[in-house]
Amino acid sequence: MAFRFDSVPAVRTALSDVNYLSDEGIAGVVYLADRLQKPILVEGPAGTGKTQLAKSVAEITGSRLIRLQCYEGLDESKALYEWNYKKQLLRIQTERNTGNSGEAQADGTWKELSDDIFSDEFLLTRPLLEAIRAPDPVVLLIDEVDRVEVETEALLLEILSDYQVSIPELGTISASQIPMVFLTSNNTRELSEALKRRCLFLHIDYPDLDREKEIVLTKVEGVSEHLADQIARIVRSIRTIELKKSPSVSETLDWARTLVLLGIETIDAQQATETLHILLKYKSDIAKATKELATAGAK
Amino acid sequence: MIDLLAGFIQELRRAGLPVSLTEDLDAMEAIKHIPLEDREAFKYALAATLVKSAAHWKAFETVFEVYFSMRGREYTIGDSNADAELQQLMDELQSGEGEQDGTSGEGGGGMEALTPEELAEMLYKAMLNADEAMMRAVARQAVKRFAGMEPGRPVGGTYYLYRTLRNLDLDGVVERMMEAAREQAGGELTPLEERLERDEAEIRSTHIKQEVEAEIRRRLVADRGVDAMARTLRKPLPEDVDFMHASREEMTNLKKALQPLTRKLAVRLARKRRHGRKGSLDFRSTVRHSLSYGGVPAEPKFKYPRPAKPEIFVVADISGSVAAFARFTLQLVYAISGQFSKVRAFVFIDGLDEVTSFFEGEEDINQAVHRVNTEADVVWVDGHSDYGHALEVFHERYGHEVGPRTTVLLLGDARNNYHSSQSWVIKELRHKARHVYWLNPEPRSYWDTGDSIVGEYATHCDGVYECRNLRQLERFVEVLT
Ligand SMILES: Nc1ncnc2c1ncn2[C@@H]1O[C@H](COP(=O)(O)OP(=O)(O)OP(=O)(O)O)[C@@H](O)[C@H]1O
Ligand SMILES: [Mg+2]
Repeated sequence: MAFRFDSVPAVRTALSDVNYLSDEGIAGVVYLADRLQKPILVEGPAGTGKTQLAKSVAEITGSRLIRLQCYEGLDESKALYEWNYKKQLLRIQTERNTGNSGEAQADGTWKELSDDIFSDEFLLTRPLLEAIRAPDPVVLLIDEVDRVEVETEALLLEILSDYQVSIPELGTISASQIPMVFLTSNNTRELSEALKRRCLFLHIDYPDLDREKEIVLTKVEGVSEHLADQIARIVRSIRTIELKKSPSVSETLDWARTLVLLGIETIDAQQATETLHILLKYKSDIAKATKELATAGAK
Repeated sequence: MIDLLAGFIQELRRAGLPVSLTEDLDAMEAIKHIPLEDREAFKYALAATLVKSAAHWKAFETVFEVYFSMRGREYTIGDSNADAELQQLMDELQSGEGEQDGTSGEGGGGMEALTPEELAEMLYKAMLNADEAMMRAVARQAVKRFAGMEPGRPVGGTYYLYRTLRNLDLDGVVERMMEAAREQAGGELTPLEERLERDEAEIRSTHIKQEVEAEIRRRLVADRGVDAMARTLRKPLPEDVDFMHASREEMTNLKKALQPLTRKLAVRLARKRRHGRKGSLDFRSTVRHSLSYGGVPAEPKFKYPRPAKPEIFVVADISGSVAAFARFTLQLVYAISGQFSKVRAFVFIDGLDEVTSFFEGEEDINQAVHRVNTEADVVWVDGHSDYGHALEVFHERYGHEVGPRTTVLLLGDARNNYHSSQSWVIKELRHKARHVYWLNPEPRSYWDTGDSIVGEYATHCDGVYECRNLRQLERFVEVLT
């Protein structure tokens, strides 16, 4: 089996070529996931690039991204596969209408019929099965897995460890090529041990100063080195304040874009507080940060 | 190497991390793919396979440091030739400075030969330029000089840390850096600039502290051996830290752990309410949907009952020793207040006061807790807990508002300073209320010893729970809803 990446630095470079700024930890886990053929469970605060990581890896490996967005109440029929009832009913209906309701033949016909209606033609493929059956290279993204109920997690286990799906009527379908799999979680509940055991774990926290600055520089058009640096510093400072919700990377980017639009080159306290609502979402957070930024800081 | 790894994993388990056998094997497999000389990659490979919760990262790092970063010769990853490096750095620094005083040169003890003033100057330069290598070199030298470590001496690492840091005067260096920044800006900085500069200076100062700590540990490991060192460093995970005996640092970690916990609880409880009980078959809806399947009831539909929400009265002792516990419980209850039709909070020491209004319309629970601690009128006579009197006041003022939908939650260690218990109040409350629970932050084995009278109250409660840490508190909240 050929590996996708030669080394950890190679992953890092490839990612930065598609404008995803990783660090040693992120690149290291992606590299290992490929080597060990294991899924990655990515966890961390909102807006730190968890989803984007899967997309970027798809891009650098020339793979198609298949995404399963999780939600409460997601079940097998939406995640794995479903039989197309309507089509099956129609098929049965047609059989009935074309005559031969003769008793003698009924048994044989039923066998044929059921083989027929439980065949590929009547199978609706959902993301997980699609990823397993794909003939081309794919990256499977199971997004926000913490939103499904614990019981639903069980649906994922077979795929995550064996890269296969069992369908009672059809048998076991195994992957023709092992896809890279990413699961993301916002940690709203504890995932089961069984799930965690099958995955490599990657916690993506807020980026450090240099990485955040780099992200701003690559993603925001027209931003100067100086402004990006200042933005990253102020955001870092705000994250040290105890808030209901700290600014995420996407909020940093929004803020940077706004400042560029306003033609600001050096941020002063007033401009910072006037635009703070882009960075922070809660009124109490804005009030608190405004107060803090106007004071000279610790000590 | 395999042995070392086995010992490492065993220590992780002892530290409380749930490492399974599969994960153990994964780790072994993972490191085969990592070039051994790349210590960072090695560390992340182990972390990705062995640590499955961000809350356990810190414990992992500590154990990793003891097992891998500190073994100079046995485990030659990275900087075993630090002394040579250091010499070189120093030469660079001095030639860069253009100083020709010839103190360095002869190889060997360059750094030893520095006067304390020169070392301080070097520290300042290292921090000013954020020179990682130089910061590490200075930290090492400082430990060597100031910590006064002697082999076999049974002294804890914090003592050495204290001695070293006292000599380095990092606060002084931070101030000097601030001065330099002001000067560069032509005299004055705006408050915002001042704040940002200080942030950066403090981060570098913290970095030095960590380097010093690491060096002390490295030396302790060399002196006492890996296993003994790992044992002394073993600390409870945040969710297991005892409320009543948390150090300042542990308290900070506790606060950090509380927020994701409350969010987690809120989401889970909301789900439980919606999906907890699957109702009976909704016949009409099922038939209606069957029409699209030619009359076959292919998709059964159910009714979901929505039970009424309870209201909750929290009555908390906030005297010294149990204050932290009260704080965390109040915070937790308010974070999930959506689960209740009403939440009311009462706090007491020997007097009692209602503080519900501090929480209402206040987005920031920390702020509310702060007001509770500073504004609530809870002292009646002497400011020592008097459960009896507090309960009487509660009954007299608010007893009539307790009804069949009310759950009463009493918080405290029931250490009553030998006052009378007035436990009839609890009995009375239980008649009227839906439930009465007592949460005690003391270990069960201490209950009813000394002036603790929790047993006397317990006979009238629906349940008394030991609640010493976040883990137990979380479990109780599940009972509550
Ligand atoms: N390291 C990074 N490099 C480049 N862009 C990044 C990086 N991290 C985050 N971003 C950008 O930030 C935004 C948010 O990222 P993304 O949606 O992947 O976050 P997320 O972690 O999945 O958030 P959520 O938990 O809310 O789903 C995206 O626009 C993404 O491009
Ligand atoms: Mg996402």
